[in-house]
Amino acid sequence: MSTEAHVGHFPSVDWNGGAFPYRVGHRKLGMWLFIVSDSLTFSALLMGYAYLRASNNWPTPFPFYPSIVFSSVMTFCLLSSSLTMVFGVSASSKGDKSRARMWILATIFFGVAFIVLHLIEWSHLIGEGLRPFYLPEHWAKVFTLADGTPPTSLFGATFFAITGLHMFHVASGAVYLLVVAARVKKLKHEDIEISGLYWHFVDLVWMFVFPLIYIMSVDMHGALGH
Amino acid sequence: MSTHADEHFAGSNKLFTTIWVWLVLLTFVEIFLAYKTMPIHIMLTILLGLSIIKAALIVAYFMHLKFERLSLVLTLVPMLVICICLLFVFFPDSFRSSDLRYKFQEAPPVAPAPGEEP
Repeated sequence: MSTEAHVGHFPSVDWNGGAFPYRVGHRKLGMWLFIVSDSLTFSALLMGYAYLRASNNWPTPFPFYPSIVFSSVMTFCLLSSSLTMVFGVSASSKGDKSRARMWILATIFFGVAFIVLHLIEWSHLIGEGLRPFYLPEHWAKVFTLADGTPPTSLFGATFFAITGLHMFHVASGAVYLLVVAARVKKLKHEDIEISGLYWHFVDLVWMFVFPLIYIMSVDMHGALGH
Repeated sequence: MSTHADEHFAGSNKLFTTIWVWLVLLTFVEIFLAYKTMPIHIMLTILLGLSIIKAALIVAYFMHLKFERLSLVLTLVPMLVICICLLFVFFPDSFRSSDLRYKFQEAPPVAPAPGEEP
């Protein structure tokens, strides 16, 4: 049996040597490959962060409020946005495009809420004096070790680079979903599923950024007097 | 691997909501752990373990990989895991450069006074 003849409607039998080994369309496969390559980008950045952290005196400056409260609410927003996205894809698979659009718009709402909260969190830190290559003066004093080793000023560089690149992905995803929502009736179900794949990936990356960047740098003993 | 007709998106909204509840609960566990005093390598191991569980839940259910064909899973996942593991090759150098840094044993050294023997 030639599987090529059935390419248009995805045969449900197992692959037996035809031209359709993955039972997904080429666009969906392309998105999966993009996700793999983007995973490596974030892995390399997080690994670079871990490298610097292990070889330096690393400050742990995040107070419960605002940093941990904000980042936790942001995590909640992203998790909820993934849930609304998967509801949208599910509605689309049943042919209910209007409902799919409603859920995608809800996803965009949570994505935008994430960006707004993150920018407020950034502005707190910038207001304290954190820059990519400088620590606020009082952080430098508080986190200097008893033997005189100062904290590394690369804290800001890794923080802004990793969270900034992630925020850029969220913003791009929101624009992508806006286009999908606007054209939802013309798009095939698979196209909506592909946009969902990208959005879930953005959520997945945050599942590593949040504990490694925020949770691991909590100012547990109130060293900064927050 | 599922053999569902492909336009059908496997998994009910109830299942997805259950996954979301688990993800939120695991996030609360992470925040709770942030305020527990423990050695950093234990904390890192637990947090990374929780993150991997959360990532697996998202990939399997939300990204639907659990319901895709095994050939797709085997194409995407093992090589990504191997590439990420290969990045660990940098860590011995990280620890080495940490050890290279001068450790002040007591008070930091001061310059000798003029005319004094160094």
